[in-house]
Order: sequence, then C-alpha cells, then structure tokens
Amino acid sequence: MKERLSREAIAMRIARECFDGAIVNLGIGIPTLVSSFVPEGMQVTYHTENGALGFGPVITPDEFEEKADIDLTNAGGQYVSPLPGMCFFHHADSFAIIRGGRIDITVLGVLEVSEKGDLANWMFPGRGVGNIGGGMDLAFNSKRVIGATEHTTKSGKLKIVKQCSIPLTAPHCMDMVVTDIAVIKFTEPGLVLQEIAPGWTVEEVQELTEPKLIVAEDLKEIEL
Amino acid sequence: MPVNKIVETFEKAVSDIPDGATIMLGNFAGPGGTPFYLIQALHKQGAKDLTIIANTAGGIGLTLDFDDHRILFESKRVKKVIATFPFSTSPKRPSAAEKLIVAGEVELELVPQGTLAERIRAGGAGIPAFYTPTGVGTVIEEGKEKRGFNGRPYLLEHALTADYAFVRAYKADEMGNLVYRGTQRQFNPIMAMAASITIAEVDEIVGSGEIDPDCVVTPGIFVHRIVKVTEDPGFPRHLETNFQVKDGGAR
Repeated sequence: MKERLSREAIAMRIARECFDGAIVNLGIGIPTLVSSFVPEGMQVTYHTENGALGFGPVITPDEFEEKADIDLTNAGGQYVSPLPGMCFFHHADSFAIIRGGRIDITVLGVLEVSEKGDLANWMFPGRGVGNIGGGMDLAFNSKRVIGATEHTTKSGKLKIVKQCSIPLTAPHCMDMVVTDIAVIKFTEPGLVLQEIAPGWTVEEVQELTEPKLIVAEDLKEIEL
Repeated sequence: MPVNKIVETFEKAVSDIPDGATIMLGNFAGPGGTPFYLIQALHKQGAKDLTIIANTAGGIGLTLDFDDHRILFESKRVKKVIATFPFSTSPKRPSAAEKLIVAGEVELELVPQGTLAERIRAGGAGIPAFYTPTGVGTVIEEGKEKRGFNGRPYLLEHALTADYAFVRAYKADEMGNLVYRGTQRQFNPIMAMAASITIAEVDEIVGSGEIDPDCVVTPGIFVHRIVKVTEDPGFPRHLETNFQVKDGGAR
C-alpha cells in the first residue's frame, strides 16, 4: 500500500534523531509534535526562543484549568508544563544559546529546500510578507538543522528544488529533511535518499524531487 | 530624599510621551510579558507618529483576545515598526499592521529575532554595533557591511535605543529593582536597559529590601517609573502554586 506518512509519523521519525543529553529547539507546526515521540527515559532538553530551557510537554485541554499559565509558553505561544530543573532567561541570553552554538538539533518547517542545502521557510507564499522570528538565527547557528514537511505542497508543487524561488532563511544550512515519503540527507555531492516510505519506489520519490537523488547503498524503508 | 518611582496610574505614567517617540515594548507570541495596560494608556493618550520596537506588530492571532499594540496600528499612531514576527499566522485574519505595511502607510524593518535582541542589548550597553553571522546570503544582508572572521562571513548590525521602554515584570521594589515570572521575561530586561525612560508594569510593588538582591534581574537603575496592575485581566496564571522558586524570588 502506497501511503504518505502523517504529520505525527514525520515527527516520530525525527524524534529518532534525538539523543541523550541533546539540546533541541522545535519550530512551529510539525516540529512541535516531535517532543511527543522522544523515547521515554531519554533526556532531551528543550529550548524556546522566549527564554526557557528544560520545560515539559505542551499541556492538553484536560490539563488547562490546573496547569495553563501565560508565563510559561513556548515559541508558538502554546502553554507548556513546568519541569524540575528548568530555567528562564531573557532574549539576549536565549539567542546567546543559539548563536553560541549550543543547540544540537533544530527542527524547522520547510517551504523550499535546495540541493545545496538552502532553506526557505519564512515568506508566506502568495502574501508577499513574512515573519522571520527566531528561525533565521536557528538555521544559521544550530549544529544540525532538520526539516519537517510534506514532500510537495497541497497543490502538488515541488518543495525540494534545484534552487529556491523564495527568499532564503539561510544558505547551506540543511542537514536532513524528513518528508511524508522520504528521508533525505544533504551531502557534498548532493541529496542522498536514505529512507523511503512503505510502498514507494525510488522513481516515484525522484519524480516529486527536482534535483537528482543519490540513492544510498543501504536504502531502507522508513522505520518509526 | 529618595526618588519616588511609583506612579499611581498608567495614564499618568505615559502622559509625557510626545508625538514621534520611539517606544520599545516587551512582547512575544503569547500574552505573558506584554505591558497591556501601558499600551492601552498610550492609546488613550493619543501620541502619534510612533516608532514601535517589539517582537510582533500586535494582533498576530496567537494571543488571547486582549488589546495589545495592535490598537496603536488600528488607530494609525504608528509610523514605523521594527519587528521579527509582524504578521498574523493566518492569511484569513491579517493584522491591522499587515494592511498598513502592505499599503505603504507604515514602514517595516524586519529583523531576525536574535539580531533584534542583540541590537537592543548593545544599545543598553553602550555598544554602537556588532558583527553577527545571521542573515549573510539572505535579504537581511542588503546594504550592510560584511566582514570575515575565522573564515566565516558576518554582517555589521547597529544598536537600537528608544525614548521609552514599556516593560512587564512580576514584582518591583521601591528602588525599581525587578523580578520576572517564567517566560514573561523575554525582551523585557534588555529593553529596560536600552531606553531613556523605562516604565515597568508589575503585579506587585514591595518595599526596599523585600526582594532578595541576589534575585534581582533588572537593577533599579534602569527603571524610572513603576505602575501596579490593579485589575485581573483573567489570564490563566497560578501565582500560588508557582513553577519557579517559591514566592517568586522575593522573601
């Protein structure tokens, strides 16, 4: 059966990139879901631009009455839960953590990525305006930048392209992109197709990807 | 005689702000850390041709239904905004600022968030400019000096200062020393340092000596006016069972 992965499944695959002790910053959208799938017992510390490190999961509607607090939110404005050992700091310190190279993994949404590893994700398509937010600093300064996205837009437009057609967030920053049909690594010779969704062929993924894909010798089915 | 920094009302605290003033205001995605009452008082006061420096341009659709600096745009008091996230995330609900910016009625300087924070920090610290890698090879580099350090290219970014800063803190003492609560802190402490006149909107004002000096985040030297919030806007908060150090850093 050829199916596309759900947003949750994309997040689940990205969660496998986390490791014990990792400092992780998650963007808005699919990236936020990643924290739900990190294996229990693994110590991953989350950073948010608005000045917190080591907070817990986004609170559920059931927990709202008991836990929601406007003074404990993530970068998307969602209420998150407190954890022992978390700490708060102001924005300049928060971006010292980012610019100082302390973020191990940042997971960002994608509008377009190029074969050179350029990322474009801040300009709203069709609106002529956009929000840069903290994404540019994260893309420039994190140790690893992982993209989380559907492989093509809703109208079928390609997102993995030879050259980005919209303003860049950062050039040459991408490490890996996890889509609803593939896991692709950005390397010096080009894009390496590492994993493929169940039921999909290399040719089918290539058809939806503008640059020529290098097929990994150990190409696997995406495991969650 | 000690200087009295406590001002009775928000109206009085903002009464001298002239047309054309540059104002920094603490603000992020959610309602925490936004000086709503100072903004609303400024709106009533009527100053215009303002330059607003803040993370958003208000009304981006992530906050609760409460008047933030969106109202300053709606009533056309703003000439220019320096922000990182000025637009609503929903194309169906464009913010007041978006319409004005697109129409060319408000000038926008769009800045990466870390660059905005550092420009403000530098402004408060008397540093005129600094180099940062963020933005090289993007639209952000246009018109900026570029220089290489250790094989990596950097952009020269200039400091920001303001005539006024509106900051939201948790507690102030009579000296103007401030402590914050959770992610309310965000831009507030750096903005407090970068303005000629800093006005703090707080939940509580305590006597000198009632905040542990080790816990002060913003030294009172940076704070000129303090106003206490007297009504409950009804935001979800749990001041009694706190997520931070018991009793909010005060003792």
